[in-house]
Amino acid sequence: MKSLRTYAILYLIFLYAPIALLPIFAFNDATIIAFPLTGFTTQWFTELPQIPALIDSVKNSLYIAVITAILSTLLGICAARAAAKYSFRFKRPIMGFIMVPLVLPEIIVAVSLLVILLQLGLSLGAWTVIMGHVLICTPFCIAILNSAFQNLDPAMEEAAIDLGETPWSTFRLVTLPLVSPAIISALLISFTISLDEFIIAFFLTGTEPTLPVYLWSQLRFPARIPVVMALGTILVAGSILLLILAEMMRRRGLRRAGLQDKGGFL
Amino acid sequence: MTALIDLKNVNKYYGDYHALRGINLEIAQGEFFSLLGPSGCGKTTLLRTIAGFEAPSDGTLHIAGADMNGVPANARPTNMVFQSYAIFPHLSVAENVGFGLRKAQMSKQEKMKSVEEALDMVGLKGFRGRAAHALSGGQRQRVALARALILKPKVLLLDEPLSALDKKLREQMQSELRRLQRQVGITFILVTHDQEEALIMSDRVAVMFEGEIAQLADPQTLYKRPVTRKVGDFIGVMNFLPATVKDAAAIDLDVAGLGAVTIAEDQAPSGITPGAAEVGIRPEMMSILFEGEPDRGQITQATIKDRAYYGDMTYYDVDIEDAPKPITISMKNMIGRPVLEVGDTARVSWDARSLVLFSA
Repeated sequence: MKSLRTYAILYLIFLYAPIALLPIFAFNDATIIAFPLTGFTTQWFTELPQIPALIDSVKNSLYIAVITAILSTLLGICAARAAAKYSFRFKRPIMGFIMVPLVLPEIIVAVSLLVILLQLGLSLGAWTVIMGHVLICTPFCIAILNSAFQNLDPAMEEAAIDLGETPWSTFRLVTLPLVSPAIISALLISFTISLDEFIIAFFLTGTEPTLPVYLWSQLRFPARIPVVMALGTILVAGSILLLILAEMMRRRGLRRAGLQDKGGFL
Repeated sequence: MTALIDLKNVNKYYGDYHALRGINLEIAQGEFFSLLGPSGCGKTTLLRTIAGFEAPSDGTLHIAGADMNGVPANARPTNMVFQSYAIFPHLSVAENVGFGLRKAQMSKQEKMKSVEEALDMVGLKGFRGRAAHALSGGQRQRVALARALILKPKVLLLDEPLSALDKKLREQMQSELRRLQRQVGITFILVTHDQEEALIMSDRVAVMFEGEIAQLADPQTLYKRPVTRKVGDFIGVMNFLPATVKDAAAIDLDVAGLGAVTIAEDQAPSGITPGAAEVGIRPEMMSILFEGEPDRGQITQATIKDRAYYGDMTYYDVDIEDAPKPITISMKNMIGRPVLEVGDTARVSWDARSLVLFSA
C-alpha cells in the first residue's frame, strides 16, 4: 500500500512539476532559466504586448480556435443526434471512422493533409489549419455530445410533438435547451484543443503562424525564453479555466436531466 | 352510435416481427378503456399508433370520424401521458403545463388562467412556480396529466402512468384518475400490465397477447367469464381442472375431482365438441364448509395441503381425490371461522355456475 502511495505521488510530481516551473520562471527576473531564483518581476508580462508578431499570432490563433470550435461542435451535434436517434446501415463502422482521428497520430494527419492540399494547389493559411483542427476536434465534440443525446429521454421530444410542436420547434424548444450544457462544453474543449495544437498548425499554417508555432520559433532566441514562459503561464491558466468551465457545464447538464454522474474528463 | 376511435384490421410489422395482428377495436366517447397484457403483447404499440407515433402497416384508424392516415401526432386530437412522464426539466411547472398553449390564440392572462385551472384540477394548486426537477414522482405524474389535459383532447392516452409509483400512491392515483375522467368526460385509454388496475379503473378492457386482442369485455365479464384459459390465468388466480365433455348440447361434463356437472351455455365457449376440455374456477368461488354455514350446492371432500395466512384472508391449497394438482381456495377470516391446519380434512362447497369451460 505504501509503495503504491509513493508511486502515485511521484507520478503526479512528474506530471505537474514542469508545468509548475512555468509560472515560477515567468516571474523570475533573470534571463537564464535556472535555479536559484534571483528575484520577482512582472517585466516579462509587460513585454508581451510590445511584440507585434506575437500579437498577430494570438489574433490568428483565436480566430482559428473560435471557428474550429463552432464548426466541430456543429458537426458533432449532427453526428451525435443521428447516432442517438436513428438506426441506419453501417452505423457502428461509420461512427467508428469518425472517431478514429482521436487516436490517429497528429503528425500523420498533418503530413497527409499537407500533401493533399499541395496536390490540390491550395495555398496554406488560417483556413487550412481550421480544416485540420476540425478534423481532430470533431471526435472530442461527438464524445461529449453523444452522452448528452443518448441520455435524452426520447419521450421528451415525443411529448413536445404530442403537444402540437413541429419537429423543428421541438428541437429548438426541448432538445437544444436540454443538451446546451454539453454544447457549451464541446465548444470550450474544441476551442482549447485548437488553441494549443502545434503539429497540424506547424505544417498547415503558411506565412501566418499560430501562437504555439510562434512560441516554438522564439525558442531559438535565449533572450526571449522568459517572455515565452510568461506567455505559457497565461496559456496554461486559460486552458485550465476553460476545462473547469467545460466540466462544470457537463455536470450541470447531468443535474438538469436528473442523472447520476458517471465519470467524465475531470 | 359511431365510435370515437375506430380501428379496422390494423397490422404493424417491424421487419419480420408482427407486432399488431389484425386489430379491430371501437372505443366510445367518454369511455375509460384499458389495454391490458404482458410486456411485448403490443399494447404500447397500439397506443402509440393511436397517438400517431407509429404508423400502421395496414388497416385504418379513425378518430371522431376523421381518417388518421398520414395525420402526424401534432395534428391529432389526442394527448399522451408518458410512462416516464417526460416532464421538461428545464421548465417550471407552469411552463410545462402551458407548453401546449404556445400557439393558441389566447392572451397571456387567459393562458395563465388555463394553467391555474389545469393545476387545480390535478390537485397541484400553488405549484406553478416550482422547478420541474424538484418534483416527486406523484407530482410529476400530476403535472404530466395537467399538461396533456390543458389542450382538451378528445382522447387522453396513458402509457403505464402508475407503474413507477409505490403501492400506496398508486392506489390513490387509481381512484383519482377515475374521478378525473368522470369529471372531464374525455375518453381515456390506459395501457397497463397490472390486471387489478385495469379491473378497478376501466369501463372496458381489451386483453392482448402476442399482438392480438384475446378478449374485449367489461371487468366483471372478463373476470367471471374469461374466453380462454390464457385470459383466465392472466387475470387474477384461477384453478384449472381437466374435464371431459359428455354431451355438447346439454353441456354435461365430467370434471376431474369434482365429478359430473352440467353447466349453462354462457359458461362455455361456442362450438364445443364432446371430448377432452378444461374447466376453470376462481379460488373465492369455492369455500371450505364450516359448522352452520350454508353450502353452495355441490360438496367435495378435501385435505388441506398448504396454507397461507394473509390476515383478512387465508389461502388454502387442498388436495381433492382425482384432481391432478392441489386447488387453491381463498377464505375470508370471519368471527367464528377457524384457520385450518395442514393435514386437516375439510368439505369444499362450490356452485356449478362458477365453472368456466375452455376448449382443450
